[in-house]
Amino acid sequence: MSNHMAAANANSIYNYHVVRQFSIMAIAWGIFGMGLGVLIASQLVWPDLNNILQPYTHFGRLRPLHTNSVIFAFGGCALFATSYYVVQRTCQVKLFGGWLIPFTFWGWQAVIVLAAITLPMGLTSSKEYAELEWPIDILLALVWISYAIVFFGTIMKRKTSHIYVANWFFGGFIATVAVLHIVNSAAIPVSLTKSYSAYAGAADAMVQWWYGHNAVGFFLTAGFLGMMYYFVPKQAGRPVYSYQLSIVHFWALISLYIWAGSHHLHYSALPDWAQSLGMVMSLILLAPSWGGMINGIMTLSGAWHKLRTDPTLRFLVVSLSFYGMSTFEGPMMAIKTVNALSHNTDWTIGHVHSGALGWVAMISIGSLYHLIPILFGKTGMWRTSLINVHFWLATSGTVLYIAAMWVNGITQGLMWRAFNADGSLTYSFIESVQASQGGYIVRVIGGGLFLLGMFVMAYNTYRTVRHGAPVQVAEQQPPSNTQAA
Amino acid sequence: MSTFWSWWIIGLTVTNLLLILWVLLANRKVAVRDDVDPENRTTGHVYDGIEEYDNPLPKWWFYMFMGSIVFTVLYLIIYPGLGNWKGYFPFYEEGHWTSVRQLEEQQKRALAQHETSYGIYSTMSVEELAEDSRAMKMASRVYANNCAVCHGADAGGALGFPNLTDNDWLYGGTPENIKYTLVNGRNAAMPAWSGVLGEKGINTVTQYVLSLSGAEHNVDLVEEGQKIYAANCAACHGGDAKGNYAMGAPNLTDDIWLYEGTPAGIRQSLRQGRNGVMPAQQNRLREDKIHLLTAYVYSLSLE
Repeated sequence: MSNHMAAANANSIYNYHVVRQFSIMAIAWGIFGMGLGVLIASQLVWPDLNNILQPYTHFGRLRPLHTNSVIFAFGGCALFATSYYVVQRTCQVKLFGGWLIPFTFWGWQAVIVLAAITLPMGLTSSKEYAELEWPIDILLALVWISYAIVFFGTIMKRKTSHIYVANWFFGGFIATVAVLHIVNSAAIPVSLTKSYSAYAGAADAMVQWWYGHNAVGFFLTAGFLGMMYYFVPKQAGRPVYSYQLSIVHFWALISLYIWAGSHHLHYSALPDWAQSLGMVMSLILLAPSWGGMINGIMTLSGAWHKLRTDPTLRFLVVSLSFYGMSTFEGPMMAIKTVNALSHNTDWTIGHVHSGALGWVAMISIGSLYHLIPILFGKTGMWRTSLINVHFWLATSGTVLYIAAMWVNGITQGLMWRAFNADGSLTYSFIESVQASQGGYIVRVIGGGLFLLGMFVMAYNTYRTVRHGAPVQVAEQQPPSNTQAA
Repeated sequence: MSTFWSWWIIGLTVTNLLLILWVLLANRKVAVRDDVDPENRTTGHVYDGIEEYDNPLPKWWFYMFMGSIVFTVLYLIIYPGLGNWKGYFPFYEEGHWTSVRQLEEQQKRALAQHETSYGIYSTMSVEELAEDSRAMKMASRVYANNCAVCHGADAGGALGFPNLTDNDWLYGGTPENIKYTLVNGRNAAMPAWSGVLGEKGINTVTQYVLSLSGAEHNVDLVEEGQKIYAANCAACHGGDAKGNYAMGAPNLTDDIWLYEGTPAGIRQSLRQGRNGVMPAQQNRLREDKIHLLTAYVYSLSLE
């Protein structure tokens, strides 16, 4: 069959097998992780849902599984898929690394499955976004180093003279995450399932948030900017807006993010100087973050009309808008006086989700809608109308989610800091919980809509793979690579 | 921090900022021009069909970036950040800001304010305060923030946490008793009896205890239970089982139960003992607040 020929032809030039594997698993883990998110959001509305199977289904155990599975399982698989695809296409060579390539796939899946087993069992290092215990951490480090070898090995043998900007971001993300993971996870094991951090006290907190914020900066930002730099111009069919802007915002972004972690520890035992540096570096980060947004959105100039007919492009562009919004919000929340209001409230959770749903998930979904037909040799997704349905579910879900958390967060922050003239607190804590009830319900609805969209995507993908119209001609030739005369 | 680490931080910070500034300023010129078609300013690179324009940095963006760098420089002059540089903060006498200093300033201001608001009540007696609605309104807020977690928002208590509204007291209900409880806390100690009485003895004395408050019980065991009670329990709970304020031993005849008053609950108390803890507030709350709270708890059992 000709679609098999087309796929086979492309396969002999590029390794699409691993890209297919990661793409499908990104959707599967997306449903798993977001499903858990909706469950734990529901537990905050109906506490009885904690009791489905105690203690394994308690909020405290499922919450880290939710974060790990959306960030590392869903986001990670999407990053693996797109970076492997993009690095091959823009370097015009097949992936380097031999057996290391399938090892990155199966090793990564093993890490996720182990997380899904150990976290509900209560085995945790208790470091946020780095909860996995030391044996899994070692496996993760091995997978990541293999990933780096495959990625940078492919760059090394590229047939193009320059390295495309998407690969700068993917490369920065891969190299930095290796350093972050290994340094932060350093621990002294006392048994197979228990270890103690190699650091203590305020230093431990600083290392943790140096890791934690750069997990945001490199895993959830630089990596997905790499995705953006390929799929936005590709889907829009327009040149990238500004090469210079790429250079400036890349170097500024990766050098400044490293400083920002201490803004998670404002007004804590961390020395004042470290808090100040975290704050000012976070503020300067606004411009380089917006540099990425501008470069993506302005790439559409001359192609705005495509938004009317192409819901995939809509996903990509709206993700950039959410990216711009949450990278404005982030520096604001890093200002000490703002942080004094927002810290420990739902505002933080809203901020994270405007990034995680609006930016990370939407850019991944858009990229996957571009990728899936190509990977399976089809002319397009089975139903464009279903992409459109998914787009509106995802967008309205995200907006409901973050609006609910803004209202809740600011309400909580104001209630906690309200004093009577006599110096007593105006509200007890439980009153702020009661006041949050409405927002929690809206969040379940928003998260539920987003999850529903993922089911639509899974169905559309299934139909595309099984019944999509095949590409008639073997047209997956590597495009010629022209250089300026 | 040592001079080395101070300079290390200063060096890294300044180098990073200078490099950013350099990258920003070095990329202001348009490298590729096409005067015939000004829109066509691609770099000439093509990657998998993707080209790149060489548009200049947006002006507003450039100035926003520069502005944030200028802000950073000013901030790091005023506030600590650059290693051992303490900053120059003219609003404090010492000339520099620290977070501890900011906290102390705020506490000082708050204290001055509260000394007047609570001060007027410090001279009044607990009995007077209990009748003063304004004072009790204030006290109820202090209660909500500090006591309600255990004793409940309505002061109705919970399992192991006494009801404060029923005029039934473990350690006495005079203003002096209540204040002593608040200041010093209380540690109740009902010993575990399973080793001494055995399961049979525990069941027997349980039936006697049930009989004291008129609950349903096994009449055949009461006489035997009373003997065990007299030998083991009366020392604290009293021969008449009316309890003892000095030990915090509850009255067993009033059908008010700190722990469950069911046969199973009483057996559990006997078997493993109970250790109720009221934490001391003297290092948590100021004296004037404790005085007001005393009056509040006192007022709850009035009427």
